[in-house]
Amino acid sequence: MLIRSNRSLSLLLACLILAMLPGIGSAGELQLNMTEGVTAVSQEVYKLHMTILWVCVAIGVVVFGAMFYSMFAHRKSRGAKAANFHESLKLEILWTALPLFILVGMAFPATSTLVKIYDTDNADLDILVTGYQWKWKYEYLGKDVSFFSNLSAKSKDQIYDGKAKSEDYLLDVDKVLYIPTGKKVRFLVTAQDVIHSWWVPELAVKRDAIPGFINEAWTRVEEPGLFHGQCAELCGKDHGFMPIMVEALPPEKFEQWLEEQKAEALAVAEAAKQTLSFDELYSQGEAVYNQYCSACHQANGQGIPGNFPAIAGSKVATGELSGHLSVVIKGVSGTSMQSFADQLTPVEAAAVITFQRNAFGNNMGQSVQPIDIVKYQQGQ
Amino acid sequence: MAHGPAKGISRWLFTTNHKDIGSMYLWFSFAMFFMGGIFALVIRAELFEPGLQIVEPAFFNQMTTLHGLVMVFGAVMPAFVGLANWMLPMMVGAPDMALPRMNNWSFWILPFAFAMMTSTLFMEGGAPNFGWTFYAPLSTTYAPDSVTFFIFAVHIMGASSIMGAINIVATILNMRAPGMTLMKMPLFVWTWLITAYLLIAVMPVLAGVVTMMLMDIHFGTSFFDAAGGGDPVLFQHVFWFFGHPEVYIMILPAFGVVSAIIPTFARKPLFGYSSMVYATASIAFLSFIVWAHHMFTVGMPLFGELVFMYATMLIAVPTGVKVFNWVTTMWRGSMTFETPMLFSIAFVILFTIGGFSGLMLAIAPADFQYHDTYFVVAHFHYVLVPGAIFSITAAVYYWLPKWCGKMYNETLGKVHFWLAFAGLNITFFPMHFSGLAGMPRRIPDYNPLWADWNMISSIGSLLFGAAQVLFLYIVIRTIVSGRKATDGVWDGAEGLEWTVASPAPYHTFTTPPEVK
Repeated sequence: MLIRSNRSLSLLLACLILAMLPGIGSAGELQLNMTEGVTAVSQEVYKLHMTILWVCVAIGVVVFGAMFYSMFAHRKSRGAKAANFHESLKLEILWTALPLFILVGMAFPATSTLVKIYDTDNADLDILVTGYQWKWKYEYLGKDVSFFSNLSAKSKDQIYDGKAKSEDYLLDVDKVLYIPTGKKVRFLVTAQDVIHSWWVPELAVKRDAIPGFINEAWTRVEEPGLFHGQCAELCGKDHGFMPIMVEALPPEKFEQWLEEQKAEALAVAEAAKQTLSFDELYSQGEAVYNQYCSACHQANGQGIPGNFPAIAGSKVATGELSGHLSVVIKGVSGTSMQSFADQLTPVEAAAVITFQRNAFGNNMGQSVQPIDIVKYQQGQ
Repeated sequence: MAHGPAKGISRWLFTTNHKDIGSMYLWFSFAMFFMGGIFALVIRAELFEPGLQIVEPAFFNQMTTLHGLVMVFGAVMPAFVGLANWMLPMMVGAPDMALPRMNNWSFWILPFAFAMMTSTLFMEGGAPNFGWTFYAPLSTTYAPDSVTFFIFAVHIMGASSIMGAINIVATILNMRAPGMTLMKMPLFVWTWLITAYLLIAVMPVLAGVVTMMLMDIHFGTSFFDAAGGGDPVLFQHVFWFFGHPEVYIMILPAFGVVSAIIPTFARKPLFGYSSMVYATASIAFLSFIVWAHHMFTVGMPLFGELVFMYATMLIAVPTGVKVFNWVTTMWRGSMTFETPMLFSIAFVILFTIGGFSGLMLAIAPADFQYHDTYFVVAHFHYVLVPGAIFSITAAVYYWLPKWCGKMYNETLGKVHFWLAFAGLNITFFPMHFSGLAGMPRRIPDYNPLWADWNMISSIGSLLFGAAQVLFLYIVIRTIVSGRKATDGVWDGAEGLEWTVASPAPYHTFTTPPEVK
């Protein structure tokens, strides 16, 4: 009786699992396995992964095969009589030595790949990658180009909308990191606040970004392409919302892009000289606030008690302007409030400070001009 | 004769009886298991589909953190201490634990530790939100204020574990019945002896690292603050020097449980007893020299990376020996498949699968792709759920008749097994795939690429949760109205615990038995 109910149960279970399979298959492409990636290193890593996987499968087939045979053949209900053997030095030596040989066999290719991953010498281009709560800063060393890369507004708008998500949901950014094809690019990875981890699966690069340390990683992409990644180390509230996008461009296009970035920097400096009306500042400031500030201080300016202070009625936003400037431009060390000196242009900083001093019932009636920001930064 | 238990609440508050204390540990751990399970269901509910629907990211992080902490320190460890309390004295033929008053104390501080830790959920700024591994400086400079309560809770849990471990060592080394030499002890006693030494070695390290955090937060030191000359990576080294042996603390006693159950239902002695003892000791030794495999992406020098990779791969050898010995124990036995045996066989199979993914993770270059993804989540749930939880469940079914003198319902037990087995695999197997496909762990929201796997995992988790409610029902039903159990309970069972009556008298072995 017991055995029968047991069998029908397992049958039911098998049916259930089978019934689920077509549903899974029809739901579109399902990625089961690690990406092979696009670099020589990532493909080696993939091969290692497949080798060790098949080694495990082979051992599994033998061990589980013996077990299932035994469970079938050596059951009391089939009249099996128990043997009494319980020791064999030969067997113990055999199954200690055999796995040891397999492991030594695995260690050779693993070591050789690891040595390649660690060879960061002779890079053609150095990029300093800095993790912030919750964005990445990229600095092309010696090229005078640096920028921050945030989760795109498109993804942000979808988080709470309850609708189907776009294909690159939470994987797209406002500013892509461009690298040249055919060149060895070295990433110097560090962090400003807590530990992050910079990971792009298709490059097989994952390096922890640690405050006070500079870690090295490298890649060489031969063909142009766009690659997505994410932060891989829990770094606080919005850890799931700091993606990475790397695009490999042919070298001439890459150089052209670098020139454009420099021109843009000049335009920003020029824009800092203009005087804006209160309404212009306020409305632009609202947009900047929603992009940079609302993750912590919240869209309604109330913050999260115990974690992030409110802007509404805050001593900073309703006090002396110099204090407000200091918090936004320099940040507050030892807290999540980072320096926005490099993240916001003078126009944006002026706009968002104007907005914060007048929104959420703060009503200071005061506007801050880009030139005030520039002066404050020079005065430091 | 005041040899029976006291009446009312004072029986439980003041008891020094190993059986009463064992029961309290087990019920406490059962309660924590449900609490940790509810946290897990909150996580799975939010991850059911992309987008944020149920909880905010800040709260999600509190759930992942508390789920881990409650399951590790509240559910698994106290459950094994509970089993040790109940079974060790009976297995070695001792009347009680060596240090009964300390035994009472080490249990009774636990509820306070967990009350303190869960109370942080209601504090301003919320509960700890930095993961159960609480990496600095996220857990120091950037932590919510409640972190201080978390630190003191960890101190108390640590004190409880250390006292429990000392008690176990003292009992095993001093109170064995005449004739019970070390190499005659049941394997559960051996694995617990080794586990106890691991606990004594590493719980002070954990206490040290949280104390350093406390100093950084409140007393202006900079152990882990780079801005003050400190080193965030030092935290990880110290934490994992505790953390890796801790993982084996949660699995070695499980080896002992399974090594008791499989021979019983195969009606054949355990194969390779002495090699099992040596393998356990080897695993315990290796656990001290592999910690940095949790940190392959942290930027260690190449040489360090290689040393930790090789050492980690070595663990597969003694672990393999254990699995081969269990399979050979089953070989040519005369097997029946009662509930404890089903859970034990599932343990061997699923724990081995977890071991396989562990071997894959040991390959450092491949780990660069696996690290901090759902592949790791799949791996450690495959070792811990079938490893610790299934073996504890098997132990409860196996010894419950001895504890309460009544037999559980076999059909219900089997239903429980199949539900749990299906639930576990539906929940955790797809995580291998979502991880390999690139899903990082500890994120509240994700790209649609991983949506199908997550939906399956979430459905599986509900099934697994339901199976555990059935387990609670089965245990209560057995205690209240199970049919009477015989003294031997199982026809193939060996060991001193089966020589006493069912239920085991309040005091057993007041005169030590003779072991031949």
